[in-house]
This record gives sequence, structure tokens and C-alpha cells, in this order.
Amino acid sequence: MKKLSTLSAMLAIGAAAFITVLVPFQLTQAINQPVLPPPGSARVGQARWAQTVGTALAALGEPAPASPVPDKVLINAAGATFPYPIYSKWFTEYNRLHPDIQINYQSIGSGGGIRQLQAGTVDFGASDMPLNDQLVNDFKFKVLHFPTVLGAVVPTYNVPDVSQELNFTPQALADIFLGKVTKWNDSAIAQANKGVNLPEQDIVVVHRSDGSGTSYVWTDYLSKVSPEWETRVGKNTSVNWPVGLGGKGNEGVAGLVKQMPGAIGYVELIYAVQNKIPYGRVQNAAGQFVVAQLSSVTAAAAGVAKSMPADFRVSITNPPGKNAYPICSFTYLLIPVKMQDATKTKVIKDFLHWMLNDGQKDAEPLTYARLPKEIVAKELKQISLIE
Amino acid sequence: MADSTWMGAYRRAGPRTRLRAFLVRLRGGDEIAHLITLLFGSTILLITFLLVYELWRNSALSRHKFGWDFLFTRTWDPVFENFGALPFVFGTTVTSAVGLLIAVPLGVGAAIFLAEMAPARISDGLTFLIELLAAVPSVIYGLLGIFVLVPILRTTVMPLLKHALGSLPFFQGPIYGVSLLAAGVVLAIMIIPFIISISREVLLAVPQDQREAALAVGATKWEATWKVVVPYARAGIMGSVFLALARALGETMAVTMVIGNDPKISASLFAPGYSIAAVIANEFTEATSDLYVSALIELGLVLFLLTIILNALARLLILATTRRGTAHA
Amino acid sequence: MNLRMAWRKSVNAVMFSLTALCALVSVSVLLFILGYLVWHGGKSLNWAFFTQLPKPVGETGGGMANAIVGSGKLLLLAALVGVPIGFMAGVYLSEFGGSTMAFLVRYTTDLLNGVPSIVMGIFAYTMVVLPLKHFSALAGGLALGVMMIPIAVRSTEEFLRAVPQTLREGAMALGASKWKAVATVVVPAAARGILTGIILDLARVAGETAPLLFTAFNNRFWSSGWNQPTASLPVMIYTYAVAPYDDWHRQAWAAGLVLLGLVLLANVGARLLLPKKAFAPRG
Repeated sequence: MKKLSTLSAMLAIGAAAFITVLVPFQLTQAINQPVLPPPGSARVGQARWAQTVGTALAALGEPAPASPVPDKVLINAAGATFPYPIYSKWFTEYNRLHPDIQINYQSIGSGGGIRQLQAGTVDFGASDMPLNDQLVNDFKFKVLHFPTVLGAVVPTYNVPDVSQELNFTPQALADIFLGKVTKWNDSAIAQANKGVNLPEQDIVVVHRSDGSGTSYVWTDYLSKVSPEWETRVGKNTSVNWPVGLGGKGNEGVAGLVKQMPGAIGYVELIYAVQNKIPYGRVQNAAGQFVVAQLSSVTAAAAGVAKSMPADFRVSITNPPGKNAYPICSFTYLLIPVKMQDATKTKVIKDFLHWMLNDGQKDAEPLTYARLPKEIVAKELKQISLIE
Repeated sequence: MADSTWMGAYRRAGPRTRLRAFLVRLRGGDEIAHLITLLFGSTILLITFLLVYELWRNSALSRHKFGWDFLFTRTWDPVFENFGALPFVFGTTVTSAVGLLIAVPLGVGAAIFLAEMAPARISDGLTFLIELLAAVPSVIYGLLGIFVLVPILRTTVMPLLKHALGSLPFFQGPIYGVSLLAAGVVLAIMIIPFIISISREVLLAVPQDQREAALAVGATKWEATWKVVVPYARAGIMGSVFLALARALGETMAVTMVIGNDPKISASLFAPGYSIAAVIANEFTEATSDLYVSALIELGLVLFLLTIILNALARLLILATTRRGTAHA
Repeated sequence: MNLRMAWRKSVNAVMFSLTALCALVSVSVLLFILGYLVWHGGKSLNWAFFTQLPKPVGETGGGMANAIVGSGKLLLLAALVGVPIGFMAGVYLSEFGGSTMAFLVRYTTDLLNGVPSIVMGIFAYTMVVLPLKHFSALAGGLALGVMMIPIAVRSTEEFLRAVPQTLREGAMALGASKWKAVATVVVPAAARGILTGIILDLARVAGETAPLLFTAFNNRFWSSGWNQPTASLPVMIYTYAVAPYDDWHRQAWAAGLVLLGLVLLANVGARLLLPKKAFAPRG
């Protein structure tokens, strides 16, 4: 008898704990819901439970009973960490405007976005690297590229006692990442930084450990300025790095650089700014040392604004132009031409419209550059290609 | 009559009688109960078979392309699609070895104290606390690893090691903090509870007369323990070490947060490295080609086989000791 | 007392104090972990943490409400998968064991126990995520459930075996068939032990991160139903810990405290209910 009562007591506690977890969940769901069925939160709880059961049954392949609440639209996306700050702002903002639409974006790197889109486990992907011809062939369905913003990749560093902006020549950057320059006071760096007291500190190179579009942009630039890099390492979202530690995502690289004296890594501009880590100037094709900012990033895209190819796949690293920042890139949303679900198609088209018109104003506060007007116009036309 | 028992009657019965007997048994419910529980038992067989089959099938691409060389190739190059397991096997082995090197002396020492020296109440209380260590999730070890262990290593311990033992190739090179050493230390903390707990039980299972015999011929308590009891329990302690090793090999989160994520082989413990579990965790969702995914799954298969072998060895060893000792609950 | 005797006695004292030191070091590691988490995590725990959703990247504030509920959902699913299979298989091994089949079941259970958690994640990915073309709580729950099975089997079997044979014989002497004896007499006798074994199992699986990385994935919003990706405490801790934002670090500590608190609560509760011998962590 005593054992039975202990058992039932435990079950009661377990059930109580479970309910305590579930009730706030139900209530917060009710709060998030714009249209409440008549009246009382118990009904909402019931309705949501019915919907959950329905979804569970649907997952088991049985027809779901009709649910009395309007279905939420849930869209899953994954990809680049490069634009993650602005994407997360956009999707939260869009959810505020349309509370029944949730776009769940996970920043797992451009490589991940491409892969998961290919496997069909996400509804759309995001990548800083446009799909090359090989990948376009590998994909079993057609994918449209939608540039969203322009961003810059900056060399960020943590050199003790040096808080000013350092200048980096293309050769210096390549040699650092090739492992040929190993100390901060090496002449390759010192030459461009006369008057700065560089310590004799070991350089700790930090790169991406995951498949990254930011890596693609960085290695694309290095391939253009260093023939040795091009033959030895090449350009891709994931390469065989000659030296360095791996950080996961832009976040991971910024985290490592911030914590490690002597570190140098490459991140999207916003990550260096938000985390208050110094970043350097890079010498562009015209010989000027340019810092990444709105004007220099926009200047980098000036060349392609009018000559953008129809599928939007370009590389704008190391452009001509006196004021252009040499390591910039568009970042793309990869949208399948044919989506499974008519509701999802409608939502995505609506989102793209919103993003190209209203969303662009969020770019500059987060240090991304807006898309040039001509490109926006071309993209608005491309939206109609989605079925 | 030749055999007047029930069994005899059964043997002499014809098929119809036997059938009736069977139906009676069936209604009793035992056969069905047996069947149902057997069914659930066989789902375990099914799941394990499926697991191995899926691992085998999905790594086929990589296995056919690289063959046995996969285990001995140093490069891990996604661009040129050249994959080799050696850096990860190296990282996994080295970090586990460092972990064992730290954990085994500490663990066996603590187990000896808890089993032989401490009064029962203190021993039970301390063991209770130590076994709670085993319950701490891996990601929390990783959290503490990043924010507590790595800075301490980078600012204090590693420079000290470099200063004192810098002539050895293990302690040379630049100091990053995240490194094979950091991963080894985290693993050591994670496997100590296993070593302590199992070794303590094994030591407790050694028959009392062994100790008494040693003391009777004039040994001090320590001598009795070290020269008689511990050798008696040696197989079981080895078993616990193997078990701890098997656990260390599969550890993912804590390791990937402090190891540095660099697929290189280096003699120095200060250098970053990569383990099998860590590379799968980092690169699986992003492997951009089928061969890449297949290579990662092949790595998973290698890890799986390693842990199976170690676990089997461990259980054999522990079984050997605890059966040899007196009855243990 | 001659020199040799003095030497042996001092060795005795030194070695035992060294071993005491080892034990003390091991215990103090646990106390340090607890203390540090309570200090750091306690500072960051607030009401918002438990009730709000994560905020966009770079903005401070927000919470992990969806991760807490997500973890709860995953554990529920894991229990639905792991407990029936584990329990019934444990009954099989203890009551109907002895045949070759039983040996096979026991052997594969041990095998399954040794599978690294990341490999379990690969398994759930190929079996659930790819065919359904969705990251989902279902896949995550399945991975965790399969991880639960071996320990559930072992604890069920152990506690059932620990029930004295006289109980079984007594029931059968009263006329019960074997299964009735087991169901009505043996299982209730072992119920407390089995239940605490399952609670410990759940606590262990609640902290697993690796199998969730590419099955349940992650979600910045509430996830409804079972076919959507869901946030979970361990994955959020991991994501926030490796990022550079200080606010995320703060939240990672708080989440770590919550997770550790729940896990330790379950462990301490279970151990207080039953004698210690049953709980040697056997991997």
C-alpha cells in the first residue's frame, strides 16, 4: 500500500509539473494569436491541443480533423550567418506585422543553407556564395537568387596595445592566412602601418570551421590578389585552411578573436561593430587603403548596378574604383522556383516584396548597404517567376 | 505404468490432446505475454540493425572511393574532395589519452581512499556527490570550459608548462587556449566519476580475507591495499578505465567547444585539433556534396566501431572481477 | 621501531593523504561547477528568461521560453518511445530470459548503449528528417528515445531480478499464471526502483545536445505540433555560448543553471528514494 501511494504521489507530481509547463505555453500561444475563437482561454487550449493532435496524426499519415483556429504558416529557412543580424530583424519584424506567419531562420552557414535546401529540409536557403554551375546542376530543381543586402567582410584583430585601425595590403592578408607571416611586427604589416608600435606577438589566425559564404567571399578575394592562394587553397565555402583555429559561424570567429590576444579573423562588418572589436583598412585595386563603411561598400557595387546578369550571380570583390572597399558581397536568398505549398509561395512572394521595398530601410542602421535601385527593380520582376 | 507423472502423460498423449493442452495454456496468457515482451525486445534488435545498416549504406560512397586509405589520409579538403580520417582519429585518441592520464591516477586514488580508508558514512556521502558529477550534461562542461578553463589554461597553466617543460615537443608552439590539452582536461573531469564509482565497487568486492591475510603477515594498511587488494581488483579497474575511455571517445559538445576545430596533426598539446564527434557536429548540416556527407558518416561508423570494441572489452573485464569476488548486490 | 618500519609507516600516511586529496579534488570540482553556475546563472535569471522568446541578434533581453517548452516536448516524446520499449524488454529479459534470443537482446542493448550520441543524431536524421523533408521535434524525440532504451532496459531488469523469488512462487502457488504474477506482484514490488531508473534516464537525456543538432534543429519562435523544428535548452546553451554577444553569454549561464538544476534535482531525488548501490554510473 505504501508503495502504491508513493507511486501515485510521484505520478501526481509529474503530471502537475507537466501541466505547469503546458499552461504558460497555452497562454502565451493565446496571446500570440490574433484571432481568438469564442470565448475563454480554455477553448484556445483545447483548439491548440486539437491542432497539435491533428499535426501529430498528419505526421503519421492520417487525415487531420478540421481545426477550429486559423492555421499558422510556418516556414523554415537556413543559411548564411553573414546577414543573420538583418535577417533576424526582418523575420521578427515581419512576424510582428503578420503574427500568423513565422519564418524560422537558422544561421548555420551558407554551406548549410545550400545543403539543406538541396535535401529539401528547409523551404528556402540563404547564401553569400551564389551557386556555381556545378551546384546548379546538382540541384534537382531550379533555384532563383534574390540579393538582399550588400555587406563587407573585414579583417578583425585583437592586438594588445593596438587600438587604432591597421592597414592591410592584399599580399599581407594572403601571407598571414597562408601561414607565411607569423608575427604582428613582420615587415609585411609594419610597412603599411608606419608609426604604429606593433608588438612581437604571434599571429593567431581564425577562420570558419563550418561551410561559410563569408569564407567564400574572403577566399574569393584572396584568390584574386594572390596566385599562390588560388592554386594552393582555392575558393569555396569550406577550404583546406593552411593555418588557424576554426570558429563556428561569424559569431564563433568574432568570439574567438575577441577572446584571444594576437588573433586575426574575417567577419561580416556588423559582427565587428556590435562586439566592439577593431577592424582594419584594406588596400583596394586602385591602391587606396579603404575602411569598410556604407559609402565604400556602395561604391563597390556601383560597377555592377547596371550590368547585373539576369540570374544575379556575380562576384564584386576587388573591384576597380577609387573609393571601393575591396571585400564586399551581395548576399542571396535561394528560393526554389516551384514550392510545395501554395500558401507558402504566397507568403514568400509577399515577404520578398516587403523586403525589397520596406525592409531595405533596416539595412543601413545595421551597417549593411541597401541594394541599388536598378537591382531592386530587376528583382521585383523576378518575383513573378516563382510559381 | 512406466511413467505416471504429468510429463509422462503428456508424452503419451496424441496430437489432439496436445492441442487442447496448448489452447488451455494460451488462454492462461503466458504465451501471449512472452510474445509481447519478446516483440518489444526484438524492436531493440531491429533498431540496432537499422542503425548499423544506415551507417553502412550512407557511407558507401566514401568507402568505395577511398577504401582503407581513408583511415590513414591526413587531408580533409572539401574543395578538392579529398577526405581522410587521420586528423580526427588522432585528435580523438590524443584527447582521450590526455583525459585518461589525468583521470586514472586521480580516480583510482580517490577510489582507493573511498573504499579502504574512509569511514562508511563519509565514503557513501562523497561517492554520492561524485556520482552527481556524472549527471552533469556535456554542454555545461563545455560552457565552463570556454569561459573558465580555457582562459585559466591560456593565462596561467600553459605558460607554466611551456616554461618548465618546454623542451618536450608536447609543450611547444603558440598558446591559443583552445587546444588538445583543454579538451583532454575537460574529458578528464567528465570521466572521473565513472572511474571512481566502478573502481570503488570493484575494490569493495574484494573478499575481506585477502586484506586480513595481508595485515596478519605484518603489512601496513597501505601495503595491504596496494600490494594485495588493488592487484586482486586489477581487471575490474582496467574495465572501468576502458568504459571511461569508451565514453570519452564519443563525447561531442564539451570537446567541440574547446578543441579549436582545426583538422591538423601536431605533436604539441597546445595546438588546436579536431575530434571525430566534433567534426560531425560542426560540418554535418553543411556538407555540400554527397561525398562529403558520406565521408562524415563513415567517420561516424569508425567511431561507432571503436566504442563497441572498447565497451565489449570493458564489460568482459568487469565481469571477470566481480564474479571472482564475493557476491555483490 | 627501526628505520624501515618508520619509513613504511610514513609511506602509509603519505599515500593515504594523497588518495584523500584525490577524492577531495574530485568532489571540489563538482562543488565548483555548481557554485559557479549558481553565481553566474543566478545573476541572469529573471522572469523574462522564462516567459519571453529570443530577441533578434544583437539586441539585449529576451528569454528562452520556447526552449524550455521545447525540451519538455522532446522529453515527452523520448519517454513515449523509450519507456515502453525499455520496460517491456526489461520484463522479457528478467522473466523470460535464458534463451539465445534473450542473449541477443541483451547484447544489442549493450551495443546500443555504447553508440555515441552524435551517431544517434545521424541515425535519426537519415530515418526521420530526410524522408519527411523536415527538421522536427519528432526526429529529436526519436533520437533521445532510442538513447533512453538501454538504460531503461537495464534498470527494469535489475530491479525485477532483485525481487525475491519467493514472491513469484507465492503468487503462482495461489494460482496466478506467470504473467499475472509478474504484472500484479513482481512489477509493483519493483515499481519504485524502475520509476526512479526512468527518471534518471530522462534526466540524462534532457542534457543531450549532439543528437538534437540536426534533428530538432532550432527555432526562434514557438514550435507547434511535432513536425516543426523546436528550440531546446541544451542547443540554445551551445548556440549562445560560442557566440560573441555578451548578452547571449548571460542567457547561456542562466539556461545552464536551469538545466543543471533540473538534472540534479532528478538525480538527488531518485537517489534519496533508493539505496545507493543501484546507481553506479555504468556509462
